[in-house]
Amino acid sequence: MSDPLVFHFDVDGENFTSAGQASTQVKKNLRQLGLSPDIIRRVSIAMYEGEINMVIHADGGTADVMVTEEYVEIVLKDHGPGIPNVEQAMQEGFSTATDSIRSLGFGAGMGLPNMKRYTDSMKIDTVVGVGTTITMRVNL
Amino acid sequence: MRVEELLEHGFEALSLPDGGREIDGVYIGDLLSWVMGRAQMDNAWITIMNNVNVIAVATLADTSCVILAEDVEMPEELVETAREKGVNVLRSSQPIFETAVKLAGLIA
Ligand SMILES: Nc1ncnc2c1ncn2[C@@H]1O[C@H](COP(=O)(O)OP(=O)(O)OP(=O)(O)O)[C@@H](O)[C@H]1O
Ligand SMILES: [Mg+2]
Repeated sequence: MSDPLVFHFDVDGENFTSAGQASTQVKKNLRQLGLSPDIIRRVSIAMYEGEINMVIHADGGTADVMVTEEYVEIVLKDHGPGIPNVEQAMQEGFSTATDSIRSLGFGAGMGLPNMKRYTDSMKIDTVVGVGTTITMRVNL
Repeated sequence: MRVEELLEHGFEALSLPDGGREIDGVYIGDLLSWVMGRAQMDNAWITIMNNVNVIAVATLADTSCVILAEDVEMPEELVETAREKGVNVLRSSQPIFETAVKLAGLIA
């Protein structure tokens, strides 16, 4: 069995007009690896939502993507405010986004639900005042 | 129907790097996470949103084109970004409903 492939990205918290760069790069990389369009799309959507959340809600973070023969794993880690009530945050429509962020088209409260919907597993580790780590897997 | 064929029906091309792409269905929305979650691959996406995040969403959700309704403007540097990213962006002078009705007739 070959070694897993890993990609690492720093996600800038300042500049959310260019947010989505890490996800876009991962999409390219997965295409080059020849993964199916459906898998690539699911990984892209889940990662984009997580990447945007780190930019909007947590002042940036890091993204690590690992591709093995069985799955693609995405780990998003930030040192933002944490999520006080994960169950509530996971509900469609729940959002704490500000008006200026909403005017850009974000804040529907659909990001976390999309991440769950498009992945085979999703785990949220979060501590208020410390940060959030989200681990998602899409099986191949 | 191919994206470039829309130009024969009153749609204006702002960015057309992949005009031969087939349109399969239509999705309408301005809230980006709704579009991310609900649009299908190869849909034409009708919106009035015109910021750079639209280009990222179109890339990652793999829509066949973005159609800006109501003659919404897109700043030239965003059009440039769309071209670089291979994202088709068209414009319609009509409101969203009329744009959708027209598309429905064309892709039926
Ligand atoms: N990394 C994070 N750090 C802190 N809070 C977060 C993080 N990710 C999500 N949240 C909280 O969970 C809420 C719901 O997130 P979700 O992505 O579903 O919606 P949204 O980002 O507000 O809007 P949308 O994703 O639809 O644009 C957010 O409004 C925010 O309060
Ligand atoms: Mg979100």
